[in-house]
Amino acid sequence: MTHPRYGSFDRVAETDRRALRMTVDGEAVAALVGDTVLTALRLAGLAPRVSEFGDGARAGFCLMGACQDCWLAVDGRRMRACATYVRDGMVIVTGWGETG
Amino acid sequence: MSAPRVIVVGAGPAGVRAVETLVTHGLAPTVIDEAPAAGGQIYRRQPAGFRRSLADIHGFEAGRAGRLHAAFDALAGKIDYRPKTQVWTVAGTRILTLRDGRAGDHRFDALILATGARDRVMPFRGWTLPGVYTLGGAQVALKHQGCAIGARTIFVGGGPLLYLVAYQYAKAGAGVAAVIDGVGATAKLRALPRLAAGRSTLAKGLYYVAWLRAHGVRVIEGALPEAVAGADAVEGLRLRDRRGRAVTVAGDAIATGFGLEPETRLADLAGCDFRFDAGDRLWLPETDGEGRSSVAGIYLAGDGARIAGALAAEITGERAARALLADFGQARDPARDAVLRRRLGRLDRFRAALAHAFPYPHQAAAAMADAVMLCRCEAIAAGALRAAVRDLGCDDLNRAKAFTRIGMGRCQGRFCATAAAEVLAATSGRDLAAVGRPRGQAPAKPVPLTAGADQ
Repeated sequence: MTHPRYGSFDRVAETDRRALRMTVDGEAVAALVGDTVLTALRLAGLAPRVSEFGDGARAGFCLMGACQDCWLAVDGRRMRACATYVRDGMVIVTGWGETG
Repeated sequence: MSAPRVIVVGAGPAGVRAVETLVTHGLAPTVIDEAPAAGGQIYRRQPAGFRRSLADIHGFEAGRAGRLHAAFDALAGKIDYRPKTQVWTVAGTRILTLRDGRAGDHRFDALILATGARDRVMPFRGWTLPGVYTLGGAQVALKHQGCAIGARTIFVGGGPLLYLVAYQYAKAGAGVAAVIDGVGATAKLRALPRLAAGRSTLAKGLYYVAWLRAHGVRVIEGALPEAVAGADAVEGLRLRDRRGRAVTVAGDAIATGFGLEPETRLADLAGCDFRFDAGDRLWLPETDGEGRSSVAGIYLAGDGARIAGALAAEITGERAARALLADFGQARDPARDAVLRRRLGRLDRFRAALAHAFPYPHQAAAAMADAVMLCRCEAIAAGALRAAVRDLGCDDLNRAKAFTRIGMGRCQGRFCATAAAEVLAATSGRDLAAVGRPRGQAPAKPVPLTAGADQ
């Protein structure tokens, strides 16, 4: 399934870093070493989670670990996307709110 | 007497200066910080491998950022530094922590909480859509990741961060669609004489506004956000201008905030007394003139005690450490105490002027439409809170939580309680102070049930 896209971050600096690949819900997504999971998802137009209450996708809000609105599953563990750095081969599952 | 075991929570400007002062006086504190590197949010360091200079990232504040980083780095080997570690509660003389899924338990004789601040927000329709972030978050994306939150970002809100972050975006080559300032031009002019107490900070603020205008950025003053345009992604922002007319600004991301508020959950869990501050329209932890809380052995410093900015935080951090040292029997340094007092007095006059110049738009918050999702964690609209007041006689924030689930979600009211209190007070006809503040609950932030023990 191809995800809907929810607008995107814009990379304006620090483009000269090693590229790596991870999968997000089975789709290959490219990122650079030093990106947070949230940055990588937002650059790809993706959102980390879906509200449990049926009001749509959430893509974080504070980017500093306070709002708790960017939790997802990284290699089977629940993590905050804004406080987790990408690694090569990382397996990310979004939509945590939907699946409990 | 053996040296007291001291823990400092937070490694921003206040925490770093507190730690430095303790080390200078022979102590070896434990330093616990959520971030992977010291600096706090304002002087946050970029990940390894990034190449921008401090000047690229921090502009006028590059010198301060560099000095703070260097001061902390010089303490390596003299402290027990624990980055990437979250404190989830304070229980008597212990703090309980979590790092990489493993639990920790640390005893203290004295604790300095330098927990910093977060954006103070006013919810509007659509604020939960992907693409809407706090001003602080928009700044983190740029400073820490070299990214803008969108290709044409709309900045809306108030306070010193508004123009600063818009300026930083434009300077970095990111698109700035517009800057929408909740405060009108006339109100700002009236505030100028008092703001003159902070000459250089004021000058920088005026410079950012002038620079943005000179570079063709649209600036709208005296307008407040009403609703995000767009169903799944941000397409723009609908505003109400100062004459009450609806205006729509196009853009693909929104950065919003109306000043900052202190992160006080740990002080609350530690049992510190709070007082209502009518000027800030906030509950603040009580401190004496030197950062002592109402609980013996617990000290508060920086924006986590009261919003006063990074310069003041460096001073209140040192001051709290000096109070702690005095309480544990070390001789005072009256000359240094006087220097700190004088500097802080000057900054405090500017702090008060800023709070006056950039008030939280409490009337607009109180009047938000019933359809606005007030609590983003539990998806509760403002109308549900008003219904609880009318139908159930709800007149207190903690009762509102029980009746409606507002503030019960994972952020624990960090991003809704301020606006919810305004709605509740206005609807019930009570004073803001009378509706209370949300009681803190451990864990201060979510903890996985699988967390295992690790000292």
